[in-house]
This record gives sequence, structure tokens and C-alpha cells, in this order.
Amino acid sequence: MGLKRILHNLKEKYRGTKMETAFGALHTFLYLPNETTHGGTHIKVADDLKRTMNTVIISLIPCLIFGMFNTGYQHHLAFGDIQAVTGGFFSSEFWTLANFTVGFWKILPLIIVSYVVGLGIEVLFATIKKHEVEEGYLVTGMLVPLIVPIDIPLWMLAVAVIFGVVIGKEIFGGTGMNILNPALTIRAFLFFAYPTWMSGDKVWIEGAVKRTQDIAEGANLDAISGETILGSLAQNNDVGYSVMDMFYGFVPGSVGETSALLIVLGGLFLIFTKIGSWRIMLSSVIGTLVMGLIFNFVVDSEWISESSKFYGLMDTMFWHHLLIGGLAFGIVFMATDPVTASQTNRGKWIYGFFIGFISIMIRVFNPAYPEGVMLAILLMNVFAPTIDHYVVQANVKQRLKRLKVKSA
Amino acid sequence: MGFLSKKDVALIKDPLFDNNPITIQVLGICSALAITAELEASIVMSISVLFVMGFGNVIISLIRNIIPSKIRIIVQLTVVAALVIIVDLVLKAFAYELSKTLSVFVGLIITNCIIMGRFEAFALANGPWRSFLDGIGNAFGYAIILIIVGFFRELLGSGTLLGIQVLGDPIEKTGAYAFGYENNGFMLLAPMALIVVGIIIWVQRSRNEALIEDH
Repeated sequence: MGLKRILHNLKEKYRGTKMETAFGALHTFLYLPNETTHGGTHIKVADDLKRTMNTVIISLIPCLIFGMFNTGYQHHLAFGDIQAVTGGFFSSEFWTLANFTVGFWKILPLIIVSYVVGLGIEVLFATIKKHEVEEGYLVTGMLVPLIVPIDIPLWMLAVAVIFGVVIGKEIFGGTGMNILNPALTIRAFLFFAYPTWMSGDKVWIEGAVKRTQDIAEGANLDAISGETILGSLAQNNDVGYSVMDMFYGFVPGSVGETSALLIVLGGLFLIFTKIGSWRIMLSSVIGTLVMGLIFNFVVDSEWISESSKFYGLMDTMFWHHLLIGGLAFGIVFMATDPVTASQTNRGKWIYGFFIGFISIMIRVFNPAYPEGVMLAILLMNVFAPTIDHYVVQANVKQRLKRLKVKSA
Repeated sequence: MGFLSKKDVALIKDPLFDNNPITIQVLGICSALAITAELEASIVMSISVLFVMGFGNVIISLIRNIIPSKIRIIVQLTVVAALVIIVDLVLKAFAYELSKTLSVFVGLIITNCIIMGRFEAFALANGPWRSFLDGIGNAFGYAIILIIVGFFRELLGSGTLLGIQVLGDPIEKTGAYAFGYENNGFMLLAPMALIVVGIIIWVQRSRNEALIEDH
């Protein structure tokens, strides 16, 4: 109990000074606060905001670990050091120390930058506004490294985190008041500000950008291309990955979004702990499948020619859309953000459905935005309050009608 | 102040900060978003608006007693349109490239809410000298915001100021680019102009408590 005592004392010592918020945050991050509410009756529950956040982080850890291995795997594969894995998910050729080391040292700085910058801003704003440091960044800070390309320069990430936290969250009043999902605001900022680092066939593989620069400077090396599946499909190229590769996640992509298998596990964990809304996840999947089926139908009816630039993505088997790109990750971890999603149950169905539906629409019709799920979720974030409003109004109307029938 | 009375000074000074047409009255946002990707365009736009507002206010003020109030909007439009056409033709004659950048937005000065707003609110009820001061005061208020936004958008978006590469050459990788710095493409898009204007409003209101609105 030594540390707990020390933290209590520190907090008491700095009470009322500018540093109070900072010490308070450190203290409650590690232990339950040593003060209780006064007066009235209070319900005590175990899952406070911090517990909620930690649950989400736990569900993200498999994706993170897998991302580390996959980063190394893609790197070694592209540089010709190893052969493609054939032995399934637990294949020992994939889970090697060499793969992990490359990924670990590449991803660790992303996590550190994300948390240091993001929490730094939170503490800064808490100090200025004189309130407790809010836990809102804990999940965002873990999501951010997982949804960026591995080779993103750290300073860009830092700039984007500052933008996302300030413009996406603090302006609206901090944690719980934001309209847009902060992690996606950060990614959208990166995407529009530095498109060359967020798309194309180089940034997804560790070292590929540097190799391109070396070649430009005259080194006699083979160029490395690591096109994502969506990128290839958008150019009507064949995809060199099997469906199982897509499901297991042995494909290039943003750090933590490739493995559909582990995302499903994380999603089940969130549903089991009642942190994530199964309604949103399910309806997003339905929306995706519906839009995918519509496009498949268009192709089957031969309404578009094979030379059409939309053909590659339209022709993709409807349920494959769930496995490729960041769609699954977005649906499970971003769309379900309780702050920015719809609050009503019926609203959640509508909100989720349109996320899936619009994601695929953006994917197919605008290959310049290869991953539609980011824009779809941000769009629906904006619409979520409106959806809720009409759901509530509809309910009010229904009840009024019932009342009239009774009284009449 | 022999030349300018205290009230006259206020006419010029108020719109610069505490009653800024863009950040406080939230007028003329459209052009502020559209043409501020480059500092030069911002400056030329500011000068154009300065010209139109200064003279427009004086002209309206001079004829304010003979305008039938039922058709005053049409008369105001005619005056602005005449002035805007002068500006447009001058730009086309002496700065053709720039007039292409500004394109339709010079023409759209006609519909700039600031100008019509000042005609209605001030020039119709005040003498020509005071109207002139009010016109240039508001135009300067507009100009300040445009130039601040244009400065940041061009500097961060293209790495240049007035077309001069102040941060080094992005292709040759000199200056800041040698350290891996890259231009922020988002700055060149209109949404970022809105965000920059928003940040200016934020800073301004947090520094001046009187501007914070009650809810």
C-alpha cells in the first residue's frame, strides 16, 4: 500500500493548486479515489468510465499483438526474407520472434506518441478549465496507432492527434460531449492532410517508402509494392490473397485492422461485457451485406461492363467486403463508441445499417477514398442526434395516440 | 483628435476587433472560405472589398434621401454592381492570373453580406464622411481575418507566402523539407478555412469575456 499512500498524500498536498488535476489523474488511474460522495443515496457500480475504457483496451490487445507480428511478417515477406505462410492461423512461420521484433519497435513509438501527445493535451485543457482529467483519451490513444499505416512519420501523427483532440473533442466540451469520434477525426485529418502517407502501395509495409527513396537516389534495389486488397480491387487488379488470408489478417493494411478473426473475438468480448452495442455491430454487418448484394446484383445483371472502373470492387463477393480493409475494425470498435453513436435502440439499428451501407458505397464509387468506413462513421456520427430525435418523437407520438384511444 | 472625433475613431476601430464583420457578425464567410488558400488572393480580395465598401457607402449615403425606400435594395445592388465591375475589369487588365484565381468571387462581392449589411444599417442613416469611415472600418475588419486565414493556409498548406517558398523547396528537399516536413494538404481545402476562422473566433472570445454569449 505504500504507493497508494504516497499518491493520496501527494493529492492532498497539491489540492487547490494548478497541479491538482495532474496528480488527481495519476492517482485515480491506479487506484479508486479515496473520497466518497456526500449526502443522498447513491448506487455503487463497479463499471465506471475507467473500467469501460479498460475493457475496450483489453479487447484491442489481440489486434495490437497481431499487428506487431503482421508488421514484421509483411516486412520480411516483401523484402524476400521469408515465404508466404500456408499453415493457417497458428502457423509457426508467422509467429516468429523476428516478425515480432520488427513490429514491436515500429509500433511502440506510435503508441507512445499517441498517448503522450493526447494525454498531454487532455491534462493541459483540464488544467486550464480547472476540472479533473477525463479518461476519454485512453481508448482513442490505443485506437489511433491501430488505424494508421505503419510507416506514418511520428510528427504527422502528433500533429493529427493535437488536431483531433482539440478540434474533435475539447472544443465541444471534452469527453462525452464530442460529436465526432476522436480517433477517426485524427485519421481523417491525416488522410486529407498527408494523402501520400495514408494511401498508395508503399506506406503499408515497413521500409517500403525508404526503399523507394533509396532507389530514387540510385541504389540498385527492387522496388517494393504492398498494395492493399482494396487498392488492387479499385484498379481492377486481381487480389493475390486467399479468403483465409483475409480472415486471418495476413495482408497489408493499417496496423491493427487486418485480422477479421481477432476483431470478431474482440467484438464478442465487447458484447459479452455489454460495453459494445450488438445492435450497431449487427446492423452494420447487415448494411454492408445489403449494399454488397446490390452491387453483386448489378454485376450479375451485366449492367456495367468489365472495363468500368467500378467493376473490380462491385464484383467482389458481397461478404468479402467484411473481411477486407478496415470495415470490420470500424464496425466493432469505432461505430460502437457510446458517445458518438445513436443512443436509442431503434436509432442504433438505423445508425449501424447506414454505416455499413454507406461504407461500401464510398468504397465502390470513390476509389480515391479506398476505405469508406472512416467517412461513413464520421457522417453517421453527425446524423446520430438527428436519428435519435426522430426515434424519440415517433415514440412520443405513438404514446400520445395510445393515450387518446384510451381516453376516447 | 482634431481630424477624427472619438466617435469617428470608434467607427474604424470597432469593426477591427470587437465588432468584426466575420468573427462577430459572421458575415461574408463564403468568400473568406473560398479564396483564402493563398495570401495574395486574400490581400487582393481585401483591397477590392475595401474599394467597393468605401465608395459604396459614400455613394449610398449621398443619395440616401432621394432613394425611394421601396426599391432601395435594387438601388444598392446597382451601386455595388457598378463598383464591382470596375474592380473586376481593373483586375482583368492588370492582374489577369490573379483574377482567374479569384474567378467568380470578385463578382460575388455584390452579394457579400457585409456590404449590403453596412448599406442598410449605416449608410442609409448617416452622412457621407461617417459612412466612408464605417465602410473602410468594416472592410479592414474583413481584411484582417482574410489575411490571417490566408497567411496560415498558404504557409502550412503550400509552404509559401505570397508565392515565395519560405520553408524551402519541397521537391529539392531543402529547408524544413530536409527534415521530413511536409505540406498539409488539408489546409488547402475549404473546410480547414472554416476551422481556422473558428479558431480565431475561439481565441478572440476567450480573450474578451464581453463577447461570450449567454445561453
